[in-house]
Amino acid sequence: MSTQEDRERLELLQGTLDLLILRTLIFGPQHGQGIARAIQQTSDEELLVEHGALYPALQRLEERGWISAKWGTSTNNRKARFYSLTAAGRKQLGKETNKWKRLTAAIGRILESERG
Amino acid sequence: MFWRKRKTSDFGAEIEAHLRLETERLREHGLSEEDARAAARCAFGNVTQAQERFYESGRWLFWDRLWQDIRFALRLLRKSPGFTVVAIATLAIAIGANAVVFSALNAFLLRPVNVPQSESLYGLQFDGGRRGALSYPNYLDFRDHNRSFDGLAAYTMDRVGLDTGENPTRAWLYEVSGNYFDVLRMQPYLGRFFHASDEHGAGSAPYIVLSYAYWHGHFQEDPGVVGRAVKVNKRSYRIIGVAPPEFRGTFLLLSPDFFVPLVSFEDESALKRRGGWWIFETIGHLKAGVTRAQAVADLNSLGDDLQKTYPKENGRMNIWLDRAGLYGDTFGRPIRAFVAALMLLAGLVLLAACANLGSLFAARTADRSREVAVRLALGSSRLRILRQLFTEALLISLAGGAVGIPCGALLLRRLVAWNPFPQFPTNVPLNPDANVYAVAALLAFVSGILFGAVPVRQVLHTDPYEIVKSGSLTKLGRRITFREGLLAVQIAICALLITSSMVAVRGLARSLHSSFGFEPQGVILADTDLEMAGYSYSSDAVPAMQKRMIESVQTIPGVTEVGLANCPPLAHCGSSRTLVFTDETSDLRPSNAAATAITYQVSPEFFAAAQVPLLGGRAFTWHEDKSAPRLAVVNQTFARKVLASPTNAVGRYYKTRDGARIQVVGVVQDGKYTSLTEEPQAAMFLPILQSPSSESFLLVRSGSDPRQLGGEIRSRLRDLDAGLPVFIETWPKAMDFFLFGSLVATVALGVLGALGAILSVTGIFGMAAYSVSKRLRELGIRMALGAQGKQVLGAALGRALMLLAFGSTVGLLLGILASRVLASIVYQATPRDPVVLAGVVLAMGLLGLVATWIPAQRALSIDPAILLREE
Repeated sequence: MSTQEDRERLELLQGTLDLLILRTLIFGPQHGQGIARAIQQTSDEELLVEHGALYPALQRLEERGWISAKWGTSTNNRKARFYSLTAAGRKQLGKETNKWKRLTAAIGRILESERG
Repeated sequence: MFWRKRKTSDFGAEIEAHLRLETERLREHGLSEEDARAAARCAFGNVTQAQERFYESGRWLFWDRLWQDIRFALRLLRKSPGFTVVAIATLAIAIGANAVVFSALNAFLLRPVNVPQSESLYGLQFDGGRRGALSYPNYLDFRDHNRSFDGLAAYTMDRVGLDTGENPTRAWLYEVSGNYFDVLRMQPYLGRFFHASDEHGAGSAPYIVLSYAYWHGHFQEDPGVVGRAVKVNKRSYRIIGVAPPEFRGTFLLLSPDFFVPLVSFEDESALKRRGGWWIFETIGHLKAGVTRAQAVADLNSLGDDLQKTYPKENGRMNIWLDRAGLYGDTFGRPIRAFVAALMLLAGLVLLAACANLGSLFAARTADRSREVAVRLALGSSRLRILRQLFTEALLISLAGGAVGIPCGALLLRRLVAWNPFPQFPTNVPLNPDANVYAVAALLAFVSGILFGAVPVRQVLHTDPYEIVKSGSLTKLGRRITFREGLLAVQIAICALLITSSMVAVRGLARSLHSSFGFEPQGVILADTDLEMAGYSYSSDAVPAMQKRMIESVQTIPGVTEVGLANCPPLAHCGSSRTLVFTDETSDLRPSNAAATAITYQVSPEFFAAAQVPLLGGRAFTWHEDKSAPRLAVVNQTFARKVLASPTNAVGRYYKTRDGARIQVVGVVQDGKYTSLTEEPQAAMFLPILQSPSSESFLLVRSGSDPRQLGGEIRSRLRDLDAGLPVFIETWPKAMDFFLFGSLVATVALGVLGALGAILSVTGIFGMAAYSVSKRLRELGIRMALGAQGKQVLGAALGRALMLLAFGSTVGLLLGILASRVLASIVYQATPRDPVVLAGVVLAMGLLGLVATWIPAQRALSIDPAILLREE
């Protein structure tokens, strides 16, 4: 627990986990723990991914056909289930990213607008 | 899609892998093994919850619940084997019956003739008693001048002697027009078919196409038969091909052994005669785009032309079209009506079965109301409980289907293989096909849903609070409910059927031992037609040959008497009738006839061989031939009607239409001639020497084993003429044909009676079980207050038993009334028979006992102390 810093981390917004998983997988196949690490590191440890919530999300994405999974061995020779992005997933990622950008931009505009 | 889901264990393994990876990463950061593992777990959060979410997200839940429901249902069903067996048996029988009847419907109505595009194949039918019949010249005119058909083919049926070089046998053939196979758009299985181009007038194209079945049965599928020379009625033919296996001819009730061209078989005069209506049916495919009505109009205008051109030979032809295969109204209408009625009946049986099982189910649900209430109270949804109920119902119905469908298929296979009249290849394709199985499976499923739906209201209206508080709610209806009415009707019908079938069985048993006016036991009939061996029926060679046949068979050891007749009474042959006049009549118009007498042409030994009792006078001798004055032996009815004197007839004369005077030399006892139920008919026996007939039945009386003797007779006759086809059967066997109607009626009534009995049993069982479980508490209180077993039973089962008594009485009375109808089919059927009455009462009593046994046991085993404490 000492690796975890004491400052408050951001909870993920509903529905954003899917987007982050898809985004992470664009760099190639990765297992669950790796995905969690990657999200945490890439966000400069800002985002808190509860590992337990990750797996049902992976399962959901797999069922929708956006990612596919295969058992393999990790870099340190451990068995792990590797996920990779499918063509449909790639398309979905584009759509979701676009949506997210529009959403954040809109919210940003509202928050930054000065009240007259 | 359902099966691609991951297993829960696989998901668990993934989580394990994650925790290991995370632990290792943390150890690299310098944590101890223990701390690292704890940290990994902490970061993961709730493992169980993740697993649960995985589980619920999947379709696993659906299958798991289904599996749970099935296991639960199986456990429940095993706990009440009585109910399970009754329910499954009822459904098996109802569904099996539906499968059998539906395949009859399928065979007769849905896939009539097995040819390509059979939906556009029609047969010509003519109004006014002529049915499909046409003369050959008229057929040619219709064939050549119609504008509605892609060719018209004609066919007719005949029984012939076929000599393939070994044993001459009798066979059925279709004489067909040369274009027959081309009009039907068929391809040969082997060799080739003949075509219109092969026909060159009478006697041309002596080709045979075998049916597949005949090829299979008589030539062991030897492809070498193509090209072989054979003899049909002693004429030379050559086998040129074999028809495909699924083709059984174009008339469903008679499938031929082989096909020959009409022109090869008929002589010049038959082909030329415009007034000879011997063609059985004319069939063809409608041209594309031509409607049935247009074709009928076209044919009728052709028919009018034919009538105008040949007014003497052609009457008015009122032509219509019918689907080929069942020969118009003659067979089509009764068969369709019969099959439709059967289907309706089978459907009703299934519905009644569902209604009865529904009430059984309601009873079970009432028994389980407490369990249902507890489950509801614990938070189960009503939907989940209903799902469980439907699972149970569907399990039963599918089990019923799984038992019933194979039984039905087995029965059908036996029906197809069963050939009641070996002389007639009545080959109806009743074999179940995919349609039949699909419909039966669907019926099983639907009936499960139907009777499973009965207790739905009960579950939806369950108030867990009330039930857990006060036990099952008892609302006792005193009104006669719809279900009770239905049950009473079922019981009445069941009693009616049981009465009728008992009357029929008794009648049948009696008719086997009644007096026929001759003694069929111990007689073998050897049936042959000298015409099949090339004899002309009018030549003197016929009686001479017949005499040789009698003498030859007479010398077989063990044979006591041998006689000959053109057609013995109650055998497979057409009996002829003759108008007879009194000696005083001079105007021999049909209206002046004294009687229509069944006419037999017999040898002198006939009376002794058939053991026809001679009441006065004498039989013939072999000396009274064509040169002697004409003689006859007549029966009592003939003597009474024509000679006005049953006792004093010998020596008197009567006349036939041609003016011949015939002297009566003997009087014999009346007999049964064409059916077992007939009224006494006038009959006369003429000597074969004076009125010859090529049709020859040898009546061979002996005490020897029929099979052995049959072979001996066959070989004797072969020695006389190797080309003579002989058919041998015992006289009692031949008479089965005349008992067939009674037999079928008896079996059908028996089957229906059994169905009715089973339905009544389930119905009464359901009602009694329901009433016992609904009134369990009341019965317990009664017992606690000192009621005896009899009183408890009276309270629990009174209503069911009353219904049984009422229904049985009504059914019995109806059965007695219906026996009048039955008497016209089954000889000597009478309900005024103590055995029948006692039998019905006993049967219904037994039925009631069986049906109420389980509920009665349950009512009697109530322990008031336990019951009242529980509730």
